Amino acid sequence: MTPELMKAGTARFERHLEREAQRRAALTESGGRSAGYARHALAGEVDVTHGRILYLEDVHVSFDGFKAINGLNLDIAPGELRCIIGPNGAGKTTMMDIITGKTRPDKGTVFFGSTIDLLRHNEPQIAQLGIGRKFQKPTVFEQLSVFENLELALKTHKGVKHSMFFQLDSAQRDRLAEVLHTIHLAGSVGRMAGELSHGQKQWLEIGMLLMQDPKLLLLDEPVAGMTDEETARTAELFLRLKGKHSLMVVEHDMHFIRAISEKVTVLCDGSVLAEGTLDQVQADERVIEVYLGR
Amino acid sequence: MQATTSSTPAVQLPGRRPLLTRKGWGAFFAALLAVCALAPLLNLWVPPDSAFHLSDYAVALLGKIMCYAICALAMDLIWGYTGILSLGHGLFFALGGYVMGMYLMRQIGTEGNYGSELPDFMVFLDWKELPWHWMLSDSFVATLILIVAVPGLLAFVFGWFAFRSRIKGVYFAIITQALTYAAMLLFFRNETGFGGNNGFTDFKRILGQPLATQEMRMLLFVLTGCTLLGFFLLARWLVRSKFGRVLQAIRDAESRVMFSGYSPLPYKLTIWVISAMMCGVAGALYVPQVGIINPGEMSPAASIEIAVWAAVGGRGTLIGPIAGAFLVNGAKSWLTVVAPEFWLYFLGALFIAVTLFLPQGIAGMARKLRRSGGEARPLAGTQAEDRSPAAKEETRA
Ligand SMILES: Nc1ncnc2c1ncn2[C@@H]1O[C@H](COP(=O)(O)OP(=O)(O)OP(=O)(O)O)[C@@H](O)[C@H]1O
Ligand SMILES: [Mg+2]
Repeated sequence: MTPELMKAGTARFERHLEREAQRRAALTESGGRSAGYARHALAGEVDVTHGRILYLEDVHVSFDGFKAINGLNLDIAPGELRCIIGPNGAGKTTMMDIITGKTRPDKGTVFFGSTIDLLRHNEPQIAQLGIGRKFQKPTVFEQLSVFENLELALKTHKGVKHSMFFQLDSAQRDRLAEVLHTIHLAGSVGRMAGELSHGQKQWLEIGMLLMQDPKLLLLDEPVAGMTDEETARTAELFLRLKGKHSLMVVEHDMHFIRAISEKVTVLCDGSVLAEGTLDQVQADERVIEVYLGR
Repeated sequence: MQATTSSTPAVQLPGRRPLLTRKGWGAFFAALLAVCALAPLLNLWVPPDSAFHLSDYAVALLGKIMCYAICALAMDLIWGYTGILSLGHGLFFALGGYVMGMYLMRQIGTEGNYGSELPDFMVFLDWKELPWHWMLSDSFVATLILIVAVPGLLAFVFGWFAFRSRIKGVYFAIITQALTYAAMLLFFRNETGFGGNNGFTDFKRILGQPLATQEMRMLLFVLTGCTLLGFFLLARWLVRSKFGRVLQAIRDAESRVMFSGYSPLPYKLTIWVISAMMCGVAGALYVPQVGIINPGEMSPAASIEIAVWAAVGGRGTLIGPIAGAFLVNGAKSWLTVVAPEFWLYFLGALFIAVTLFLPQGIAGMARKLRRSGGEARPLAGTQAEDRSPAAKEETRA
């Protein structure tokens, strides 16, 4: 345990005590609860009955005193495709780091559905809960084939023993073939991922996300380095995924954003600057200022 | 773009990969035959004056090198495939050796110089009874278990803390060096009951049978060869399973592995412990053949040599490091006779040359030659085709 972790733990515990005290003070005879119908919180199931699949409240992160995320509030509805834009250094990647467990926030709440506190899970657990992530810099297993890359990402048991004896069954093979088509790499199954073009690597990584079958996809600059045609195909793919999955897309490419967006969030200096349709935010004075002021 | 899956045309997905190719199996059984039949035949039955006679010296040398080859194979699993450079594998080798050594010391019985039940060095230190950690040393079965259990347990505890703290790369390598060095200092001390700097030697028997006979030497040789071949198959099975691909994925992009839902810790720990256990077995086979074990086996240099064999042979190929162990040690035994003072310079130069000019080792070079010759896939390289495991790491290390 690092000192930071311990400190974060202590802070969380203190907050918990505080909340607990407040709750106690508000208790009535019925335990402070109002009557309601019982709803089971299923372990591992994401509870989206409150209309939110991802929920960030008052999140703060600083690196050596530099506030990368500063009071960030954000929520995403199930099935939504949310675009995030913002100038360089706005904290977009850092936000994804927080959601996926890579970075611990100093303060704040991050919930997946209304029951899963993401701050209590580590990276592999969060991935297994159903959050997939594409990195800003395409990250695939360069020395494995396209096929093997996808196979590793497949949603299945991820334990050591299971891996030793794992064989793809026919349903999984079909799924793999389907994803290969979706990402237009069917002709490159046996190629080493390291030999692919930049755009193909981006797609392979997206394909790996699809294999994971996540409920929420975080995509950090997915079309960087893609040709126009590839970009258009990616837009099509995302629109197709929308509804079944929730997507959070960080992009600088405004044409791409325009092609896919419904709601756009502008991030600046670690917090939300504006939110709305692309036209709305582009008309916003403050947004124009941060984009032109630099 | 096809929007539906129903129209998906069939894709040629790669099928299950065999453990070894047909040619690979051929080579494997040829090696097995050579070890189990040819070598005993040439050594025991062909008369010494024949040109085909395999000398006792050659048997001893090859037996020793096969033990080293097991270490190189173990090193390949952890370094070549998982990208974790250990510079402390000599410790696991020595621990296996010491466990075996203790058993062999007890087998001497009262035939030592002092005619005591206790090993000579204990009598010399004026000890009256065996220390607690010698308790199980008279049982061969317990010895067999401890040969893997002691290195395995140490590796587990050490690895658990190191991997949990996400210690990687050079830092991990340095800590393993420190570990083996610390153990060496500990074993050097007389009070710890491991025979101090002399270690254990003058063995007489194993399982009640005399050690110094030609037949026993041959038996140990065959046993070592079979162990090496068995471990090779085990390693092959491991690296061609999905487990092995996760290891390579950890080597290439650990964060992607984590975000794909795998926790790297149990994977690293498993292969680390397996690798340590293999070295323990190698050490246990080594000691009765060379007749001595002392803390020198735990010296930092001994561990570095193991890494050199793997690098020279070609990381991430399994067969390469085995070949590397034979090549480097063959050169060593020749050079230490002809020009002993040059051995270390030679080793250093070899390592630098391989790093600079043959980042994939001789296995990589052989593959390149074979490819330009237009031949089929290499024996064990199907898994490692064109994969140069983290050459960057070498420069860092
Ligand atoms: N691990 C870290 N240590 C120190 N500073 C960091 C770290 N990670 C991010 N930062 C800083 O936090 C700020 C936000 O970075 P982040 O990568 O989240 O920006 P971004 O919005 O993704 O930018 P871009 O559009 O360039 O990708 C930057 O100023 C960056 O330098
Ligand atoms: Mg970024």
